[in-house]
Amino acid sequence: MYLVLLIFLPLLAAVFIPFLFKRVGKIHTGWFVFAVPAALFIYYLTLISDVMNGGTFIEEFAWIPSLDIAISSYIDGLSLLFSLLITGIGSLVVLYSVFYLDKNREQLHNFYIYLLMFMTAMLGVVQSDHMISLYLFWELTSISSFLLIGYWYTRDRSRFGALKSMMITVFGGLMMLGGFILLYIMGGTYSIRELIPQAAELVNHDFFIWALVLILLGAFTKSAQFPFYIWLPDAMEAPTPVSAYLHSATMVKAGLYLVARFTPIFALDGTWVWLVAGIGLLTLFWGSFFAVKQTDLKGILAFSTVSQLGLIMSLLGVAAAAYHVEDAASTVFKYAAFAAIFHLINHATFKGSLFMIAGIVDHETGTRDIRKLGGLMSLMPISFTIAMIGAFSMAGLPLLNGFLSKEMFLTAMLSIAQFELFSMDVWGFLFPVLAWIASVFTFIYSFYFVFHTFAGKHKPELLPKKAHEAPIGMLISPAVLAVLVIVIFFIPNLVADWLIKPAVVAIQPFLYNSPAEVDVHVSAWHGFQPELFMTIGIFAVGGLLFWKLRKWQKAYKIFPEAFTLNRLYDGMMFLGDTGANRFSRMYMDGIMRNGFVYMFSAMSVLVIATVFLNDAFLVDFSQSAPIGFYEVTIILAMIIGTIVILVTSSRLTAIIALGAVGYSVAILFVMFRAPDLALTQLVIETVSVALFLLAFFHLPKVAKKMERPSFKLGNAIIAIAVGAMMTIVALSAHSQKIIPSISEYYKETVYTLGGGGNIVNVILVDYRGFDTLFEITVLGIAAIGIITMIKLRLKKKEAPHENK
Amino acid sequence: MEILMSLLIGFLFAAAVYLMLSKSLIRVVLGTAVLSHAAHLLLLTMGGLGGTKPPVVADGVTVYDYADPLPQALILTAIVIAFAVTAFLLVVSYRAYQELGTDDMSLMKGNEDE
Repeated sequence: MYLVLLIFLPLLAAVFIPFLFKRVGKIHTGWFVFAVPAALFIYYLTLISDVMNGGTFIEEFAWIPSLDIAISSYIDGLSLLFSLLITGIGSLVVLYSVFYLDKNREQLHNFYIYLLMFMTAMLGVVQSDHMISLYLFWELTSISSFLLIGYWYTRDRSRFGALKSMMITVFGGLMMLGGFILLYIMGGTYSIRELIPQAAELVNHDFFIWALVLILLGAFTKSAQFPFYIWLPDAMEAPTPVSAYLHSATMVKAGLYLVARFTPIFALDGTWVWLVAGIGLLTLFWGSFFAVKQTDLKGILAFSTVSQLGLIMSLLGVAAAAYHVEDAASTVFKYAAFAAIFHLINHATFKGSLFMIAGIVDHETGTRDIRKLGGLMSLMPISFTIAMIGAFSMAGLPLLNGFLSKEMFLTAMLSIAQFELFSMDVWGFLFPVLAWIASVFTFIYSFYFVFHTFAGKHKPELLPKKAHEAPIGMLISPAVLAVLVIVIFFIPNLVADWLIKPAVVAIQPFLYNSPAEVDVHVSAWHGFQPELFMTIGIFAVGGLLFWKLRKWQKAYKIFPEAFTLNRLYDGMMFLGDTGANRFSRMYMDGIMRNGFVYMFSAMSVLVIATVFLNDAFLVDFSQSAPIGFYEVTIILAMIIGTIVILVTSSRLTAIIALGAVGYSVAILFVMFRAPDLALTQLVIETVSVALFLLAFFHLPKVAKKMERPSFKLGNAIIAIAVGAMMTIVALSAHSQKIIPSISEYYKETVYTLGGGGNIVNVILVDYRGFDTLFEITVLGIAAIGIITMIKLRLKKKEAPHENK
Repeated sequence: MEILMSLLIGFLFAAAVYLMLSKSLIRVVLGTAVLSHAAHLLLLTMGGLGGTKPPVVADGVTVYDYADPLPQALILTAIVIAFAVTAFLLVVSYRAYQELGTDDMSLMKGNEDE
């Protein structure tokens, strides 16, 4: 139970934040917040020893037992790794934010509540074994991310970025929910652990491919893969601690987590391998290519995050290919999963530190525009050192952890190209080629980031503030991460044993029984392998291109703005908003006649079509009453009266004709042996005609003539359709009576039970007296309504044109 | 007889719909009046037009001779309700004239920003 509670610990702590902020104003609220992730981090560290020996923890809290919905905490290698990242980097980010955000000027309580909310959400995502609660936490990350991006809500760009990320990630989240529900329909359980053993049967199910695509949509939108990456650069309007935490180290990796988590289920289908590896590689290339174009420090980092996420995604795709080869344990595919997790950790360390450095530069110089920056090396030596370590690791330089994972990445890409699987022999060569080009660009933007900020000429006249080194507290967090970057290079196998191998077991469970069986050994020196030459090539070409960067960077301007994905998104939003508005205005024009037209045409088409499609049309004369001469005469009179109403242009004539029709109805009632009806009809018709005359004839302001009713063909067609519909329904209904009438009962018992002779009246007041009660009520309400309409005159405040 | 009545009802419905589709408010109200006549006649016809005696107990009449009393009771209720609604509609139109000075339905549009 307490593992589930730990997920909610940050959210519980958030309850106290406003009090701490308002009452304890002297101390920066961040210090109190810091204790939460730090304590969780230490706790999760204690689980490592169990998990690295293959142990798992599972605890469930039954939330809605009748619907089989539970909040679960399942800790295996993969979720423990993510939990450590979330709490570890979370602590560092909180520490950094203490110095980054001013306690007097900022709304700190909002910030930390959102941040703690996000922490709970993220822990829930990675520890949920139950798909519905996974979805719940997934959406909570979207919402808290939305709130954090829009933290400075008075800025337009913040609100725009927040909305954009919300739209895209929530779209993906909903798709993912669909995938989850399909999985539940197929497998009969919400538990991911219980679904994995069923994978071999699920793969043949019709819904399988749908579930696969929908869940991938969720993962791709969250992890900013092509073409959904567009929200990430706009999310850079968030405060820098948020960018460092959510948009580089944790939230954007939720999609990677999802892919890794579902690999044992979906990897059995080749589509998964192709989609994950292909989209990942495309994203890698695209992100690295456009990172060089950026002029904003955080923009560079955003695109670089997109690109690195693509790298990890493609590695996960290659890892899934292991499911399709015989004797996978002896192939290189098992390295791919290892490399993916390894790079995931490495990326979290170096990208976190780089974001914090970007924040420091912004904080101390007042700008993030790389064109205004330069020559900060001597002014900010510590920041420069940290930035250099992070960027060199990102570029894949030796002696840093990025080098190791990039080598493994190149190994995986080279080996998949040689593999004859899913027509890899045709397209496989693209993998190493694209990977190599993307690595060159990665090298360029890494150097671009560091050297165009810290080297070159200092331009103090362009900077809003006088540049100087950041306070030491702000440097602690990036320094810790930078130290990790170096340390991991020297002890990669220790990290592997503790963290990576248990996670790999979760991705490729069919290969291993326990983490100890993962026989991958990281070494900094492979000997003279092809990947070494590729790396040398990357350094050489990347170095050369970086040296001439100023010459060719302008070439990016050739790409037309009109064809970018952002334009597509803006266009879709415009269409959704203005387009839908226009569409509504098109048919909801406020004219009642058009409403009638839609209603009547839909009704008549539906009814007539239903009658004929079901073969229900039938005319049967056998049960009919005989046709009488007087009845026919009255019917003719009614038809004439109605035609007069239709064609006359005089109000008076129309009203008199209506009266004639009403009296004819009364006479028909007489002929059809309904004396009470005839009586009522006569009286009511008289009163109605009087009322009509009162309302429309004696009204002084309105002319006694109506406008000449011109014949309208469209109206006539609709009217005839409705008339035909009623005739068809009436004929068919009368010709096919199935059940005898209940009236025999009334006729037989009217005197014995009802004590009356007039059957209609006894029905009205005795058998079905409730109808009458409420009919009286209707009449009463109408009377009150009429009196109110006439008597009540609420004064209009401004109505000089009122015609009284 | 029922077939003839069905045709009449169809005609009345067509006329009522045609009236309701016109621009003038009074013609719309006239249309609803015609529509309620048509509906009442439809009720009566569907109950069957057979029966030689009104549904009032009398000596020497067997139960099979009476006209069906149930549709008659339903129609009686419907007539009163239709009257109440028509009366209210008339007063609403009357007030609409007073306040708006027109009976052209195409001019009676809601607020632009509604």
